[in-house]
Amino acid sequence: MMASVAEKNLYQVNSRGYYGTFGGAFIPEMLYPNVEELREHYLQIISDPSFQAEYNDLLRNYVGRPTPLYKANRLSEKYNTNIFLKREDLCHTGAHKVNNTIGQILLAKRLGKKRVVAETGAGQHGVATATVCALMNIECIVYMGELDIERQAPNVARMKMLGAEVRAATCGSKTLKDATNEAMRHWINNPVDTHYIIGSVVGPHPYPDMVARFQSIISEEMRWQLKEQTGKETPDYVVACVGGGSNAAGAFYHFLDEEQVKLVAVEAAGQGVHSGHSAATTALGKPGVLHGSRTILMQTEDGQVTEPYSISAGLDYPGIGPQHAYLFDSGRGTFLSATDDEAVQAAFELTRLEGIIPALESSHALAVLGKLGATPNETVILNLSGRGDKDMATYMKYID
Amino acid sequence: MNRITKLFKESTNQEGLLNVYFTAGFPKLDDTLKVLTALQEGGADLVEIGMPYSDPVADGETIQKSNDQALENGMTVRILFDQLKDMRQTINVPVLLMGYVNPVLQYGIEDFCKKCAEVGVDGLILPDLPLDVYESEYKHIFDAHGILNIFLITPQTSEKRIRQIDEVGEGFIYTVSSASVTGSKSGVSGDMEAYFNRLNAMNLQNPRLIGFGIKDHATFKKASEYAAGAIIGSAFIRVLEQSNNLSEDIKNFVYQVKNVSQEEINA
Ligand SMILES: Cc1ncc(COP(=O)(O)O)c(C=O)c1O
Repeated sequence: MMASVAEKNLYQVNSRGYYGTFGGAFIPEMLYPNVEELREHYLQIISDPSFQAEYNDLLRNYVGRPTPLYKANRLSEKYNTNIFLKREDLCHTGAHKVNNTIGQILLAKRLGKKRVVAETGAGQHGVATATVCALMNIECIVYMGELDIERQAPNVARMKMLGAEVRAATCGSKTLKDATNEAMRHWINNPVDTHYIIGSVVGPHPYPDMVARFQSIISEEMRWQLKEQTGKETPDYVVACVGGGSNAAGAFYHFLDEEQVKLVAVEAAGQGVHSGHSAATTALGKPGVLHGSRTILMQTEDGQVTEPYSISAGLDYPGIGPQHAYLFDSGRGTFLSATDDEAVQAAFELTRLEGIIPALESSHALAVLGKLGATPNETVILNLSGRGDKDMATYMKYID
Repeated sequence: MNRITKLFKESTNQEGLLNVYFTAGFPKLDDTLKVLTALQEGGADLVEIGMPYSDPVADGETIQKSNDQALENGMTVRILFDQLKDMRQTINVPVLLMGYVNPVLQYGIEDFCKKCAEVGVDGLILPDLPLDVYESEYKHIFDAHGILNIFLITPQTSEKRIRQIDEVGEGFIYTVSSASVTGSKSGVSGDMEAYFNRLNAMNLQNPRLIGFGIKDHATFKKASEYAAGAIIGSAFIRVLEQSNNLSEDIKNFVYQVKNVSQEEINA
């Protein structure tokens, strides 16, 4: 399945766990054995035929893959180019997050773990984790920022119904970064029987690489679907939103070494990049260490992590995965941003043109369609990472 | 000779060496030197000053809150160095800075080590600075400025890795007593004794101080039976939180932990 992976491997993780100067495992000694256990085993477990068989079967029959690659005609007409939507919103549980949790729960089982801990922002990763834990009958604890628990109530209810214990992160900004801290502390306190399912391509090596591999199914399908529908080998643009960057990493994965494919990552500008209420990491951040990896993060001059802001809880994170930091730094990726208002407007546009209500996160990717400069002959694939059910309360405020 | 190395080499202390952690700029921004001075006067053998950080993943609630408070008070690395600039006029005990690596990286490793040497800081504890990165990128800088880097080990650390850490680390090995973040209530249990005995049998070149879960004389004494001494953090932060008279309360706390009698105090 993963044979066609980037032949030159220029933008993939190296043997020491780095993407250029980004990545690594900057973790306290208390986490070292846990992370080392994963690092030693993940490649071997993932490439095992029995793992692949089980993973692919669940993706197909449980998640509903392959997800469609849909030519959005009215949207294409509006932007005078050819736009395809990769319908990750149609995955079971409503977002791409489940591709990763399926992979990680199978891994956790093979490592003999009895319990799973996870962090969540929008609640999509929490729901996807609670779902696979229910499926595999594994105990599940999800940390979620107190603020996010309020603004993503439907997903909190889903997690509870699925049998997960939702614990509030009450320190710091009370959002995703603090939930991540709490999940890491939980893992420190329970090193032997617990697996930590990180929800994005962040954290210490091997997490960014492992999560990217589980999400790489997105671009693997894009390739053959595009070929089947248009005869083209590659699109001209791949566009995805970036919180930590897992849906983008999966959408870019099989195009990384094809330099003619423009990889466009869209960050959340909140109320405006320089408004002081933003989560546009590459525009505002500097290299440093966050959650176990050397990456680009928003921080004060003193090196304190800055509290980000976005209307979308899933993009409300002060860093990006180390691979994205490398794509940004090397110029391989183009990093744009969209404000709250632009994202909401784009969500309404897609809804009215195509009858698809996107997640607020995905709406940020939609919001840059007019800025790409794509011509009538070019092809754009936009990764529609999730659906908007969870965001209805926010959208309702814009309906008069 | 570095003050930490000298202390362990020359100490005739049979009861165990006491290292106390506190957060810089806590409870008030300007309390740093006051707390340090009182700790020395009370009889702490080493002092570990925490540089507050927004995301202290290895710390439990008590130290997290003191970090948040210190940051709210306006504490920064620059202010800390400023507060410590004349400390060596009165402070003789070894002083370590403990913190997370990002603020140090932003200050610049070279500048940071230089500044430490300038104000008289003897060692650093940066739990999220990996051993391999330290060795390949930073050790020569630490060495050039005479700053020791202290590593942590836990009950889960393999023997092979303990030996590596013993090889690269200097001063002492920070022996975390149990798999936990700081501030756990554990004390010293039977499991831990086996672990401490295993370490003793390894004949490491570095002395060890035991930390996490040490809170009073009983736990300090117990831990000191298995190592050169012990480290108190969260329990001391709780004293600071509740204190109306910092200098008095700090000294009394240290007296209690070391079980110093009233006659000895008066003398
Ligand atoms: C639908 C959707 N898209 C995107 C994201 C952002 O995550 P990532 O950048 O890892 O894809 C989230 C996170 O919750 C999400 O729910």
